[in-house]
Amino acid sequence: MNPTITAATARRVLTQLRHDPRTVAMLLLVPSLLMSLLRFVFNDERAFNHLAPALLGVFPFVVMFLVASVTTLRERTTATLERLMTLPLGRLDLILGYAIAFGLVAVAQVGVATGVCAWLGLDLGGSLWTVLLIAVLDALLGMALGLLVSAFATSEFQAIQFMPLFVLPQFLLCGLLQPREQMSQVLHWLSDVMPLSYAVDALGRATASADMDAALLTDILVVAGCVLLALALGAGTLRRRTR
Amino acid sequence: MANSAVAATALRIARTGRDVLRDVSFTVPACSVNGLLGPSGCGKTTLLRAIMGVQAVTAGVVEVLGHPAGHPGLRRRIGYATQTPAVYADLTVAECLRYFAAVLGAPATDVDRVLADVDLAGQRDRLVGSLSGGQRGRASLAVALLGEPELLVLDEPTVGLDPVLREDLWSLFHRLAAAGTTLIVSSHVMDEAARCDRLLILRDGTVFADDTPDGLRAATGETDLERAFLQLVRERETV
Ligand SMILES: Nc1ncnc2c1ncn2[C@@H]1O[C@H](COP(=O)(O)OP(=O)(O)OP(=O)(O)O)[C@@H](O)[C@H]1O
Ligand SMILES: [Mg+2]
Repeated sequence: MNPTITAATARRVLTQLRHDPRTVAMLLLVPSLLMSLLRFVFNDERAFNHLAPALLGVFPFVVMFLVASVTTLRERTTATLERLMTLPLGRLDLILGYAIAFGLVAVAQVGVATGVCAWLGLDLGGSLWTVLLIAVLDALLGMALGLLVSAFATSEFQAIQFMPLFVLPQFLLCGLLQPREQMSQVLHWLSDVMPLSYAVDALGRATASADMDAALLTDILVVAGCVLLALALGAGTLRRRTR
Repeated sequence: MANSAVAATALRIARTGRDVLRDVSFTVPACSVNGLLGPSGCGKTTLLRAIMGVQAVTAGVVEVLGHPAGHPGLRRRIGYATQTPAVYADLTVAECLRYFAAVLGAPATDVDRVLADVDLAGQRDRLVGSLSGGQRGRASLAVALLGEPELLVLDEPTVGLDPVLREDLWSLFHRLAAAGTTLIVSSHVMDEAARCDRLLILRDGTVFADDTPDGLRAATGETDLERAFLQLVRERETV
Protein backbone atom coordinates (compact mmCIF):
# COMPACT_ATOMS: atom_id res chain seq x y z
CA MET A 1 0.00 0.00 0.00
CA ASN A 2 1.16 3.49 -0.83
CA PRO A 3 -0.65 6.62 0.46
CA THR A 4 0.42 8.73 -2.53
CA ILE A 5 -1.08 6.24 -4.98
CA THR A 6 -4.24 5.83 -2.87
CA ALA A 7 -4.70 9.63 -2.80
CA ALA A 8 -4.02 9.90 -6.54
CA THR A 9 -6.67 7.23 -7.17
CA ALA A 10 -9.24 9.02 -4.98
CA ARG A 11 -8.49 12.29 -6.80
CA ARG A 12 -8.86 10.53 -10.15
CA VAL A 13 -12.28 9.08 -9.24
CA LEU A 14 -13.48 12.49 -8.02
CA THR A 15 -12.21 14.13 -11.22
CA GLN A 16 -14.12 11.57 -13.27
CA LEU A 17 -17.26 12.47 -11.30
CA ARG A 18 -16.59 16.19 -11.79
CA HIS A 19 -16.78 15.68 -15.56
CA ASP A 20 -20.26 14.22 -15.09
CA PRO A 21 -22.23 17.04 -13.38
CA ARG A 22 -25.58 15.34 -13.84
CA THR A 23 -24.43 12.32 -11.81
CA VAL A 24 -23.05 14.64 -9.12
CA ALA A 25 -26.35 16.52 -8.95
CA MET A 26 -28.30 13.27 -8.63
CA LEU A 27 -25.91 11.92 -5.99
CA LEU A 28 -26.37 15.04 -3.91
CA LEU A 29 -30.11 15.51 -4.40
CA VAL A 30 -31.85 12.15 -4.88
CA PRO A 31 -31.91 11.13 -1.17
CA SER A 32 -33.13 14.63 -0.24
CA LEU A 33 -35.88 14.48 -2.86
CA LEU A 34 -37.00 11.09 -1.58
CA MET A 35 -37.07 12.37 2.00
CA SER A 36 -39.18 15.35 0.91
CA LEU A 37 -41.53 13.01 -0.89
CA LEU A 38 -41.79 10.90 2.25
CA ARG A 39 -42.67 13.96 4.31
CA PHE A 40 -45.59 14.78 2.00
CA VAL A 41 -46.72 11.15 1.77
CA PHE A 42 -47.16 11.10 5.55
CA ASN A 43 -48.38 14.66 5.83
CA ASP A 44 -47.91 14.17 9.54
CA GLU A 45 -44.88 15.27 11.51
CA ARG A 46 -45.02 12.41 14.05
CA ALA A 47 -45.09 9.63 11.49
CA PHE A 48 -42.32 11.35 9.51
CA ASN A 49 -40.21 11.65 12.66
CA HIS A 50 -40.68 7.95 13.26
CA LEU A 51 -39.51 6.71 9.86
CA ALA A 52 -37.21 9.45 8.55
CA PRO A 53 -34.08 8.66 10.60
CA ALA A 54 -33.92 5.09 9.30
CA LEU A 55 -34.52 6.15 5.72
CA LEU A 56 -31.81 8.78 6.07
CA GLY A 57 -29.53 5.76 6.23
CA VAL A 58 -31.30 3.56 3.70
CA PHE A 59 -31.55 5.94 0.72
CA PRO A 60 -27.81 6.81 0.61
CA PHE A 61 -27.10 3.08 1.11
CA VAL A 62 -29.07 2.20 -2.03
CA VAL A 63 -27.72 5.08 -4.15
CA MET A 64 -24.08 4.42 -3.25
CA PHE A 65 -24.49 0.68 -3.84
CA LEU A 66 -25.61 1.34 -7.42
CA VAL A 67 -23.04 4.01 -8.22
CA ALA A 68 -20.14 2.05 -6.76
CA SER A 69 -21.03 -1.23 -8.42
CA VAL A 70 -21.42 0.30 -11.88
CA THR A 71 -18.28 2.47 -11.61
CA THR A 72 -16.04 -0.36 -10.49
CA LEU A 73 -17.58 -2.78 -12.96
CA ARG A 74 -16.64 -0.30 -15.68
CA GLU A 75 -13.08 -0.29 -14.41
CA ARG A 76 -13.03 -4.09 -14.30
CA THR A 77 -14.43 -4.62 -17.79
CA THR A 78 -12.33 -2.03 -19.62
CA ALA A 79 -8.62 -2.40 -20.23
CA THR A 80 -7.77 0.12 -17.48
CA LEU A 81 -7.88 -2.46 -14.68
CA GLU A 82 -5.55 -4.82 -16.57
CA ARG A 83 -3.26 -1.84 -17.15
CA LEU A 84 -3.34 -0.79 -13.48
CA MET A 85 -2.51 -4.35 -12.43
CA THR A 86 0.77 -4.09 -14.36
CA LEU A 87 1.71 -0.93 -12.45
CA PRO A 88 3.10 -0.48 -8.92
CA LEU A 89 -0.40 -0.04 -7.50
CA GLY A 90 -1.57 -2.26 -4.65
CA ARG A 91 -5.03 -3.76 -4.87
CA LEU A 92 -5.89 -2.00 -1.61
CA ASP A 93 -4.67 1.31 -3.09
CA LEU A 94 -7.32 1.00 -5.77
CA ILE A 95 -10.13 -0.08 -3.43
CA LEU A 96 -9.28 2.50 -0.77
CA GLY A 97 -8.97 5.20 -3.42
CA TYR A 98 -12.52 4.42 -4.49
CA ALA A 99 -13.64 4.26 -0.84
CA ILE A 100 -12.17 7.68 -0.02
CA ALA A 101 -13.67 9.32 -3.10
CA PHE A 102 -17.13 7.84 -2.57
CA GLY A 103 -16.82 8.44 1.19
CA LEU A 104 -16.44 12.18 0.52
CA VAL A 105 -19.44 12.07 -1.81
CA ALA A 106 -21.39 10.23 0.93
CA VAL A 107 -20.58 12.92 3.49
CA ALA A 108 -21.89 15.62 1.16
CA GLN A 109 -24.95 13.56 0.23
CA VAL A 110 -25.90 12.78 3.83
CA GLY A 111 -25.17 16.35 4.90
CA VAL A 112 -27.60 17.74 2.32
CA ALA A 113 -30.27 15.13 3.12
CA THR A 114 -30.02 15.76 6.86
CA GLY A 115 -30.28 19.52 6.34
CA VAL A 116 -33.38 19.04 4.19
CA CYS A 117 -34.93 16.72 6.81
CA ALA A 118 -34.32 19.23 9.59
CA TRP A 119 -36.01 21.87 7.45
CA LEU A 120 -38.95 19.47 6.90
CA GLY A 121 -39.42 19.26 10.66
CA LEU A 122 -37.32 16.23 11.66
CA ASP A 123 -36.31 16.52 15.30
CA LEU A 124 -32.94 14.91 15.90
CA GLY A 125 -32.69 16.09 19.49
CA GLY A 126 -29.12 16.24 20.64
CA SER A 127 -27.82 13.46 18.42
CA LEU A 128 -27.27 15.26 15.11
CA TRP A 129 -23.62 14.22 14.86
CA THR A 130 -24.30 10.61 15.79
CA VAL A 131 -27.03 10.42 13.14
CA LEU A 132 -24.73 11.98 10.55
CA LEU A 133 -21.97 9.52 11.42
CA ILE A 134 -24.27 6.50 11.11
CA ALA A 135 -25.83 7.71 7.86
CA VAL A 136 -22.37 8.20 6.34
CA LEU A 137 -21.41 4.71 7.53
CA ASP A 138 -24.57 3.39 5.82
CA ALA A 139 -23.59 5.08 2.57
CA LEU A 140 -20.08 3.62 2.91
CA LEU A 141 -21.60 0.21 3.55
CA GLY A 142 -23.63 0.49 0.34
CA MET A 143 -20.50 1.55 -1.51
CA ALA A 144 -18.37 -1.27 -0.09
CA LEU A 145 -21.00 -3.91 -0.91
CA GLY A 146 -21.39 -2.42 -4.38
CA LEU A 147 -17.61 -2.64 -4.93
CA LEU A 148 -17.65 -6.24 -3.77
CA VAL A 149 -20.58 -7.53 -5.81
CA SER A 150 -19.30 -5.84 -8.97
CA ALA A 151 -16.72 -8.65 -9.00
CA PHE A 152 -19.52 -11.14 -9.61
CA ALA A 153 -21.15 -9.20 -12.45
CA THR A 154 -19.91 -9.48 -16.01
CA SER A 155 -22.22 -6.83 -17.44
CA GLU A 156 -23.90 -3.61 -16.32
CA PHE A 157 -27.29 -5.36 -16.55
CA GLN A 158 -26.17 -7.89 -13.97
CA ALA A 159 -24.68 -5.21 -11.74
CA ILE A 160 -27.92 -3.24 -11.73
CA GLN A 161 -29.89 -6.36 -10.83
CA PHE A 162 -27.70 -7.03 -7.82
CA MET A 163 -29.48 -4.04 -6.29
CA PRO A 164 -32.85 -5.82 -5.88
CA LEU A 165 -31.00 -9.04 -5.07
CA PHE A 166 -28.68 -7.75 -2.32
CA VAL A 167 -30.32 -4.54 -1.17
CA LEU A 168 -34.09 -5.10 -1.13
CA PRO A 169 -34.03 -8.22 1.13
CA GLN A 170 -31.95 -6.22 3.61
CA PHE A 171 -34.51 -3.44 3.39
CA LEU A 172 -37.43 -5.85 3.95
CA LEU A 173 -35.78 -7.50 6.93
CA CYS A 174 -34.07 -4.54 8.61
CA GLY A 175 -36.95 -3.91 10.99
CA LEU A 176 -38.38 -0.92 9.22
CA LEU A 177 -41.53 -2.58 7.86
CA GLN A 178 -42.00 -5.00 10.72
CA PRO A 179 -40.15 -5.03 14.08
CA ARG A 180 -37.47 -7.72 13.93
CA GLU A 181 -38.68 -9.32 17.18
CA GLN A 182 -42.01 -10.12 15.53
CA MET A 183 -40.46 -11.99 12.59
CA SER A 184 -40.34 -15.77 12.42
CA GLN A 185 -37.16 -17.36 13.78
CA VAL A 186 -35.64 -17.95 10.34
CA LEU A 187 -36.26 -14.40 9.16
CA HIS A 188 -34.91 -13.08 12.43
CA TRP A 189 -31.70 -15.05 11.93
CA LEU A 190 -31.45 -13.77 8.39
CA SER A 191 -31.90 -10.20 9.53
CA ASP A 192 -29.21 -10.80 12.16
CA VAL A 193 -26.59 -11.44 9.49
CA MET A 194 -27.62 -8.46 7.34
CA PRO A 195 -25.57 -5.36 8.07
CA LEU A 196 -28.40 -2.94 7.21
CA SER A 197 -30.35 -4.25 10.25
CA TYR A 198 -27.65 -2.90 12.56
CA ALA A 199 -27.53 0.41 10.71
CA VAL A 200 -31.28 0.94 11.00
CA ASP A 201 -31.21 -0.16 14.64
CA ALA A 202 -28.42 2.33 15.33
CA LEU A 203 -30.33 5.19 13.71
CA GLY A 204 -33.40 4.32 15.81
CA ARG A 205 -31.37 4.32 19.01
CA ALA A 206 -29.50 7.50 18.15
CA THR A 207 -32.70 9.46 17.57
CA ALA A 208 -34.48 7.97 20.61
CA SER A 209 -31.89 9.22 23.06
CA ALA A 210 -28.93 11.56 22.89
CA ASP A 211 -26.70 9.20 24.90
CA MET A 212 -24.19 6.83 23.35
CA ASP A 213 -24.89 3.53 25.12
CA ALA A 214 -23.29 0.12 24.68
CA ALA A 215 -25.99 -1.19 22.34
CA LEU A 216 -25.63 1.79 20.03
CA LEU A 217 -21.85 1.52 20.05
CA THR A 218 -22.09 -2.19 19.20
CA ASP A 219 -24.36 -1.41 16.24
CA ILE A 220 -21.94 1.23 14.95
CA LEU A 221 -18.96 -1.10 15.31
CA VAL A 222 -20.78 -3.91 13.50
CA VAL A 223 -21.59 -1.61 10.56
CA ALA A 224 -18.03 -0.23 10.44
CA GLY A 225 -16.67 -3.78 10.62
CA CYS A 226 -18.87 -4.82 7.69
CA VAL A 227 -17.60 -1.86 5.64
CA LEU A 228 -13.99 -2.89 6.25
CA LEU A 229 -14.71 -6.55 5.61
CA ALA A 230 -16.48 -5.81 2.30
CA LEU A 231 -13.59 -3.55 1.20
CA ALA A 232 -11.02 -6.21 2.06
CA LEU A 233 -13.02 -8.89 0.22
CA GLY A 234 -13.42 -6.46 -2.71
CA ALA A 235 -9.63 -6.03 -2.88
CA GLY A 236 -9.32 -9.81 -2.77
CA THR A 237 -11.47 -10.17 -5.89
CA LEU A 238 -9.02 -8.14 -8.01
CA ARG A 239 -6.75 -10.48 -9.91
CA ARG A 240 -3.38 -9.52 -11.32
CA ARG A 241 -3.20 -12.63 -13.49
CA THR A 242 -6.18 -13.97 -15.44
CA ARG A 243 -6.82 -16.96 -17.73
CA MET B 1 21.47 -14.53 -22.39
CA ALA B 2 22.80 -11.41 -20.64
CA ASN B 3 21.70 -9.09 -23.41
CA SER B 4 18.30 -10.59 -24.04
CA ALA B 5 15.43 -8.55 -22.58
CA VAL B 6 12.78 -11.24 -22.86
CA ALA B 7 13.15 -15.01 -23.17
CA ALA B 8 10.36 -17.54 -23.45
CA THR B 9 10.97 -21.27 -23.20
CA ALA B 10 8.49 -23.99 -24.22
CA LEU B 11 5.61 -21.65 -23.46
CA ARG B 12 2.12 -23.14 -23.58
CA ILE B 13 -1.04 -21.19 -22.81
CA ALA B 14 -4.53 -22.68 -22.77
CA ARG B 15 -7.53 -20.35 -22.65
CA THR B 16 -10.95 -21.85 -21.95
CA GLY B 17 -9.49 -25.31 -22.37
CA ARG B 18 -8.03 -24.72 -25.82
CA ASP B 19 -4.33 -24.24 -26.55
CA VAL B 20 -3.81 -20.69 -27.78
CA LEU B 21 0.00 -20.89 -27.75
CA ARG B 22 1.99 -24.13 -28.07
CA ASP B 23 5.71 -24.69 -27.63
CA VAL B 24 6.67 -21.06 -28.11
CA SER B 25 10.36 -20.31 -27.50
CA PHE B 26 12.22 -17.16 -28.48
CA THR B 27 14.53 -14.47 -27.17
CA VAL B 28 14.25 -10.73 -27.67
CA PRO B 29 17.59 -8.89 -27.87
CA ALA B 30 17.90 -5.73 -25.79
CA CYS B 31 17.87 -2.24 -27.36
CA SER B 32 16.04 -3.23 -30.52
CA VAL B 33 12.65 -2.93 -32.20
CA ASN B 34 10.99 -6.35 -32.38
CA GLY B 35 7.91 -6.98 -34.45
CA LEU B 36 5.33 -9.55 -33.38
CA LEU B 37 3.30 -10.40 -36.45
CA GLY B 38 0.71 -12.86 -37.52
CA PRO B 39 -2.91 -13.18 -38.56
CA SER B 40 -5.79 -12.12 -36.36
CA GLY B 41 -6.42 -14.58 -33.55
CA CYS B 42 -2.97 -16.21 -33.76
CA GLY B 43 -2.16 -15.33 -30.15
CA LYS B 44 -0.23 -12.03 -30.28
CA THR B 45 -2.17 -10.35 -27.49
CA THR B 46 -2.03 -13.51 -25.38
CA LEU B 47 1.77 -13.65 -25.75
CA LEU B 48 2.17 -9.95 -24.87
CA ARG B 49 -0.07 -10.43 -21.83
CA ALA B 50 2.14 -13.34 -20.75
CA ILE B 51 5.20 -11.08 -21.02
CA MET B 52 3.39 -8.50 -18.86
CA GLY B 53 2.57 -11.19 -16.32
CA VAL B 54 -1.22 -10.74 -16.48
CA GLN B 55 -1.85 -13.93 -18.45
CA ALA B 56 -1.86 -17.24 -16.58
CA VAL B 57 0.65 -19.60 -18.21
CA THR B 58 -0.11 -23.31 -18.55
CA ALA B 59 3.48 -24.51 -19.00
CA GLY B 60 6.92 -23.11 -19.75
CA VAL B 61 8.59 -19.94 -18.51
CA VAL B 62 8.85 -16.29 -19.53
CA GLU B 63 11.84 -14.30 -18.25
CA VAL B 64 11.65 -10.52 -18.47
CA LEU B 65 14.66 -8.28 -17.68
CA GLY B 66 16.14 -11.07 -15.59
CA HIS B 67 12.99 -11.80 -13.57
CA PRO B 68 10.07 -14.17 -14.04
CA ALA B 69 7.22 -12.36 -15.85
CA GLY B 70 4.87 -10.61 -13.43
CA HIS B 71 7.59 -10.02 -10.79
CA PRO B 72 6.63 -6.93 -8.70
CA GLY B 73 10.07 -5.39 -9.33
CA LEU B 74 9.23 -5.16 -13.04
CA ARG B 75 6.19 -2.92 -12.66
CA ARG B 76 8.11 0.34 -13.01
CA ARG B 77 10.40 -1.02 -15.71
CA ILE B 78 7.92 -2.04 -18.40
CA GLY B 79 5.54 0.18 -20.33
CA TYR B 80 2.47 -1.51 -21.81
CA ALA B 81 -0.10 -0.33 -24.32
CA THR B 82 -3.07 -2.71 -24.42
CA GLN B 83 -4.85 -3.40 -27.71
CA THR B 84 -8.04 -1.70 -26.47
CA PRO B 85 -6.84 1.73 -25.30
CA ALA B 86 -6.53 1.75 -21.48
CA VAL B 87 -7.53 5.34 -20.81
CA TYR B 88 -10.44 6.85 -18.87
CA ALA B 89 -13.07 8.25 -21.23
CA ASP B 90 -14.34 10.69 -18.58
CA LEU B 91 -10.98 12.38 -17.93
CA THR B 92 -9.08 14.83 -20.08
CA VAL B 93 -5.92 13.51 -21.75
CA ALA B 94 -3.71 15.45 -19.31
CA GLU B 95 -5.68 14.35 -16.21
CA CYS B 96 -5.45 10.75 -17.34
CA LEU B 97 -1.69 10.96 -17.88
CA ARG B 98 -1.18 12.77 -14.57
CA TYR B 99 -2.96 9.92 -12.77
CA PHE B 100 -0.82 7.20 -14.37
CA ALA B 101 2.32 9.31 -13.78
CA ALA B 102 1.39 9.56 -10.08
CA VAL B 103 0.90 5.78 -9.86
CA LEU B 104 4.30 5.23 -11.48
CA GLY B 105 5.98 7.94 -9.42
CA ALA B 106 7.12 9.55 -12.69
CA PRO B 107 7.89 13.29 -12.66
CA ALA B 108 4.99 15.57 -13.64
CA THR B 109 7.10 16.96 -16.52
CA ASP B 110 6.88 13.53 -18.13
CA VAL B 111 3.29 14.28 -19.15
CA ASP B 112 4.36 17.03 -21.56
CA ARG B 113 7.17 14.91 -22.96
CA VAL B 114 5.00 11.91 -23.82
CA LEU B 115 2.21 14.12 -25.21
CA ALA B 116 4.74 15.65 -27.61
CA ASP B 117 6.07 12.16 -28.47
CA VAL B 118 2.68 10.95 -29.65
CA ASP B 119 1.68 14.34 -31.13
CA LEU B 120 -1.26 14.92 -28.81
CA ALA B 121 -0.13 18.18 -27.17
CA GLY B 122 -2.97 20.00 -28.92
CA GLN B 123 -5.56 17.65 -27.42
CA ARG B 124 -4.28 17.69 -23.83
CA ASP B 125 -7.40 19.34 -22.39
CA ARG B 126 -9.94 17.39 -24.44
CA LEU B 127 -11.94 14.61 -22.79
CA VAL B 128 -10.58 11.21 -23.83
CA GLY B 129 -14.14 10.16 -24.68
CA SER B 130 -14.31 12.89 -27.32
CA LEU B 131 -11.13 11.77 -29.12
CA SER B 132 -11.03 9.81 -32.35
CA GLY B 133 -10.08 6.14 -32.20
CA GLY B 134 -6.53 6.79 -33.38
CA GLN B 135 -6.10 9.67 -30.93
CA ARG B 136 -7.32 7.48 -28.08
CA GLY B 137 -4.83 4.79 -29.05
CA ARG B 138 -2.06 7.38 -28.99
CA ALA B 139 -3.18 8.56 -25.53
CA SER B 140 -2.84 4.95 -24.36
CA LEU B 141 0.60 4.75 -26.02
CA ALA B 142 1.58 7.97 -24.19
CA VAL B 143 0.76 6.26 -20.87
CA ALA B 144 3.12 3.42 -21.81
CA LEU B 145 5.94 5.93 -22.40
CA LEU B 146 5.62 7.51 -18.91
CA GLY B 147 8.60 7.00 -16.63
CA GLU B 148 10.97 6.03 -19.48
CA PRO B 149 10.61 2.24 -19.08
CA GLU B 150 13.42 -0.10 -20.22
CA LEU B 151 10.99 -2.36 -22.05
CA LEU B 152 7.98 -1.27 -24.09
CA VAL B 153 5.28 -3.80 -24.93
CA LEU B 154 2.94 -2.26 -27.50
CA ASP B 155 -0.11 -4.11 -28.79
CA GLU B 156 -0.97 -2.78 -32.26
CA PRO B 157 -0.01 0.83 -31.46
CA THR B 158 -0.31 2.08 -35.03
CA VAL B 159 -3.76 0.72 -35.90
CA GLY B 160 -6.00 3.29 -37.53
CA LEU B 161 -3.28 5.88 -38.05
CA ASP B 162 -2.46 7.72 -41.26
CA PRO B 163 0.89 7.04 -43.01
CA VAL B 164 2.50 10.26 -41.74
CA LEU B 165 1.72 9.58 -38.08
CA ARG B 166 2.69 5.94 -38.49
CA GLU B 167 6.04 6.99 -39.90
CA ASP B 168 6.50 9.42 -36.96
CA LEU B 169 5.79 6.70 -34.42
CA TRP B 170 8.16 4.20 -36.06
CA SER B 171 10.89 6.86 -36.01
CA LEU B 172 10.12 7.38 -32.32
CA PHE B 173 10.43 3.61 -31.72
CA HIS B 174 13.86 3.58 -33.35
CA ARG B 175 14.99 6.67 -31.42
CA LEU B 176 13.96 4.93 -28.18
CA ALA B 177 15.78 1.73 -29.18
CA ALA B 178 18.92 3.71 -30.02
CA ALA B 179 18.71 5.24 -26.53
CA GLY B 180 18.63 1.76 -24.96
CA THR B 181 14.94 0.79 -24.83
CA THR B 182 13.76 -2.65 -25.95
CA LEU B 183 10.50 -2.61 -27.87
CA ILE B 184 8.07 -5.39 -28.74
CA VAL B 185 5.47 -4.11 -31.17
CA SER B 186 2.64 -6.23 -32.47
CA SER B 187 1.01 -5.61 -35.81
CA HIS B 188 -0.83 -7.60 -38.38
CA VAL B 189 0.22 -5.53 -41.35
CA MET B 190 3.31 -6.85 -43.08
CA ASP B 191 4.46 -3.49 -44.42
CA GLU B 192 5.37 -2.52 -40.85
CA ALA B 193 7.56 -5.61 -40.57
CA ALA B 194 10.21 -3.94 -42.71
CA ARG B 195 10.66 -1.29 -39.99
CA CYS B 196 11.62 -3.87 -37.36
CA ASP B 197 15.11 -5.07 -36.41
CA ARG B 198 13.75 -8.56 -35.78
CA LEU B 199 10.51 -10.35 -36.55
CA LEU B 200 8.65 -13.00 -34.63
CA ILE B 201 5.83 -14.35 -36.73
CA LEU B 202 3.13 -16.44 -35.07
CA ARG B 203 0.70 -18.65 -36.86
CA ASP B 204 -1.95 -20.84 -35.20
CA GLY B 205 -0.27 -20.40 -31.84
CA THR B 206 3.24 -21.47 -32.82
CA VAL B 207 6.37 -19.61 -33.90
CA PHE B 208 6.23 -19.58 -37.66
CA ALA B 209 9.37 -17.51 -38.25
CA ASP B 210 11.92 -15.83 -36.00
CA ASP B 211 14.40 -13.88 -38.13
CA THR B 212 15.52 -10.45 -39.32
CA PRO B 213 13.64 -8.95 -42.24
CA ASP B 214 16.71 -9.51 -44.42
CA GLY B 215 17.04 -13.09 -43.25
CA LEU B 216 13.41 -13.70 -44.20
CA ARG B 217 13.94 -12.16 -47.63
CA ALA B 218 17.07 -14.25 -48.21
CA ALA B 219 15.40 -17.48 -47.12
CA THR B 220 12.50 -17.03 -49.53
CA GLY B 221 14.09 -15.14 -52.38
CA GLU B 222 11.37 -12.50 -52.19
CA THR B 223 12.08 -8.79 -51.70
CA ASP B 224 8.62 -7.95 -50.46
CA LEU B 225 7.99 -9.21 -46.89
CA GLU B 226 4.32 -9.89 -47.49
CA ARG B 227 5.22 -12.10 -50.44
CA ALA B 228 8.00 -13.70 -48.40
CA PHE B 229 5.44 -14.57 -45.73
CA LEU B 230 3.03 -16.05 -48.27
CA GLN B 231 5.90 -17.98 -49.84
CA LEU B 232 6.74 -19.48 -46.43
CA VAL B 233 3.12 -20.43 -45.85
CA ARG B 234 3.04 -22.22 -49.23
CA GLU B 235 6.33 -24.03 -48.57
CA ARG B 236 5.19 -25.32 -45.17
CA GLU B 237 1.81 -26.40 -46.45
CA THR B 238 3.21 -28.55 -49.22
CA VAL B 239 5.50 -30.39 -46.76
N1 LIG C 1 -10.59 -13.78 -22.90
C1 LIG C 1 -10.42 -14.86 -23.65
N2 LIG C 1 -10.88 -16.05 -23.24
C2 LIG C 1 -10.72 -17.15 -24.00
N3 LIG C 1 -10.10 -17.17 -25.18
C3 LIG C 1 -9.62 -16.02 -25.65
C4 LIG C 1 -9.75 -14.81 -24.91
N4 LIG C 1 -9.18 -13.82 -25.63
C5 LIG C 1 -8.73 -14.38 -26.75
N5 LIG C 1 -8.98 -15.71 -26.78
C6 LIG C 1 -8.63 -16.64 -27.86
O1 LIG C 1 -7.23 -16.75 -27.93
C7 LIG C 1 -6.79 -16.78 -29.28
C8 LIG C 1 -5.71 -15.74 -29.48
O2 LIG C 1 -6.25 -14.46 -29.19
P1 LIG C 1 -5.36 -13.17 -29.20
O3 LIG C 1 -6.22 -12.07 -28.70
O4 LIG C 1 -4.11 -13.45 -28.49
O5 LIG C 1 -5.08 -12.99 -30.76
P2 LIG C 1 -4.35 -11.81 -31.54
O6 LIG C 1 -3.27 -12.43 -32.33
O7 LIG C 1 -3.99 -10.73 -30.61
O8 LIG C 1 -5.49 -11.33 -32.53
P3 LIG C 1 -5.78 -9.87 -33.12
O9 LIG C 1 -4.77 -9.60 -34.18
O10 LIG C 1 -7.16 -10.00 -33.70
O11 LIG C 1 -5.71 -8.91 -31.97
C9 LIG C 1 -8.01 -16.54 -30.15
O12 LIG C 1 -8.35 -17.77 -30.73
C10 LIG C 1 -9.08 -16.10 -29.19
O13 LIG C 1 -10.31 -16.66 -29.57
MG1 LIG D 1 -4.56 -8.85 -30.36
